[in-house]
Amino acid sequence: MWGRVGALLLRYLYLYRRSLARSMEIFFWPVMDLLVWGFVTVYFQSVAAPRAVLFLLGAVIFWDVFYRSQQAITLSLTEEIWVRNLLNVFIAPVRVGEVVLATCLLGVIRAVLSAAVLGVLAYVFYAFDLLLLGPALLPYFASLILFGWAVGMVTMAVILRFGHAAEALIWGTPFLLQPISAVFYPLAVLPPWLRSIARLLPSTHIFEGMRATLETGRPALAPLVPALGLNVVYLALAGGFFGWMMKRVREKGYLGRLAME
Amino acid sequence: MNREPEAEPVIAVERLTKRFGDVTAVDDLSFFARRGEILGLLGPNGAGKTTTIQLLLGLTRPTSGRIEILGMDLLRHRREILQRVNFSSAYISLPFNLSVRENLDVFGRLYGVADRRRRISQLLELFEIPEVVDTVTGKLSSGQVTRVNLCKAFLNDPEVLFLDEPTASLDPDIAEKVRNALKRVQRERGVTMIYTSHNMREIELVCDRVIFLSHGRVVAEGTPREILERADSESLEKVFITIARGGRIED
Repeated sequence: MWGRVGALLLRYLYLYRRSLARSMEIFFWPVMDLLVWGFVTVYFQSVAAPRAVLFLLGAVIFWDVFYRSQQAITLSLTEEIWVRNLLNVFIAPVRVGEVVLATCLLGVIRAVLSAAVLGVLAYVFYAFDLLLLGPALLPYFASLILFGWAVGMVTMAVILRFGHAAEALIWGTPFLLQPISAVFYPLAVLPPWLRSIARLLPSTHIFEGMRATLETGRPALAPLVPALGLNVVYLALAGGFFGWMMKRVREKGYLGRLAME
Repeated sequence: MNREPEAEPVIAVERLTKRFGDVTAVDDLSFFARRGEILGLLGPNGAGKTTTIQLLLGLTRPTSGRIEILGMDLLRHRREILQRVNFSSAYISLPFNLSVRENLDVFGRLYGVADRRRRISQLLELFEIPEVVDTVTGKLSSGQVTRVNLCKAFLNDPEVLFLDEPTASLDPDIAEKVRNALKRVQRERGVTMIYTSHNMREIELVCDRVIFLSHGRVVAEGTPREILERADSESLEKVFITIARGGRIED
């Protein structure tokens, strides 16, 4: 019996040895959890709890908008691989850009529906009114959705190139960005060197704007400017990366292999 | 080895090569297929059949060589060509959590099929599975799934059809019905088919002409009867085994 158990164990260890993504998964979740809740604790030590709880509720809803947008792209295409339908899609007279766009639109639908439900629940259970964000609410959501598209395209391109071994990135990539997007705590909580990196993310500006709006009661529209600029850059880079990766995938024959294996 | 086509070829492959690093999967391959012809693409595992089909569908870019389908260069007119061709394989499927109608409707929309409802009914009748139209695809038998996949492949009334082991999971009765349906469509619509199968008896029954591949090259080509005469053999299965074991067919 122990011989078989040992053989199976070795088989899984071989798998981790051959896949960086799977190896990362072992350490990834605990480290990210530690970072996020560690910063939350630091934040709670410096502010009054009721206001912070208000921010947290907003943060949870806003984060979900980004997450749904990213997941719609990655999960939709990955599911085509899982059900062995990818080839049917790619041999139809459809542009790759059309496939991506369809998943982007699905992301909008999922994000809006999810935010609506969460908004209602937050109001009913915690008297948190998402509409307090006023005219900033829709552009904030739009900005998070755009960033979700960019991250989703990059993740999907990597999955098409590296196949099933990279699927952990579907769930892993958003959480890689969460600690430095200042989702549950202000940017000021982060160490100075990390703040510079955080400012390169559109999501950081949106979460900062959300907190400023809830704090003052006046819509903070200024953070939308860097967020929009960064989104334009990231979407262009993500689109270029996806296109380049698709070209490589076609050259190397990965598409057929991935779809029929 | 390659004979010139008597009529304008629907598929013309010229000196096609595909290398993956040091491995040459398709090696200076040239062949053609005429309108309304069923061309068998045969060979042992690793002979280059799948890579050739993926090249013909534009899923993989060739290292060199040229592919012309319906008179158009594949690299430059891939979408126009894909509008008029289709593909079915025993190794791919339609989403199992959608009903047959939903699946076929989605692909009908992708191919811009007019009057999809009628077209779907026609095809389900052709393959003798009209009763499954509202069944969730995941609940079908493997034989029904294969026939639904074929319905998808015929949705856009293709002029060229790539069939990768289309009867692989079917019992002999259903396999014969599928073969008859394919022959009927070929006769009535003049569809050109590229057909791969490891069932040599089926190849003899279905294909007008066959190409044997080995190490990415054409090693024998002709009608099944011509190949049998040339190989002085009584069955394509024996010819297949000879080629798979490195033997040659005298021209």
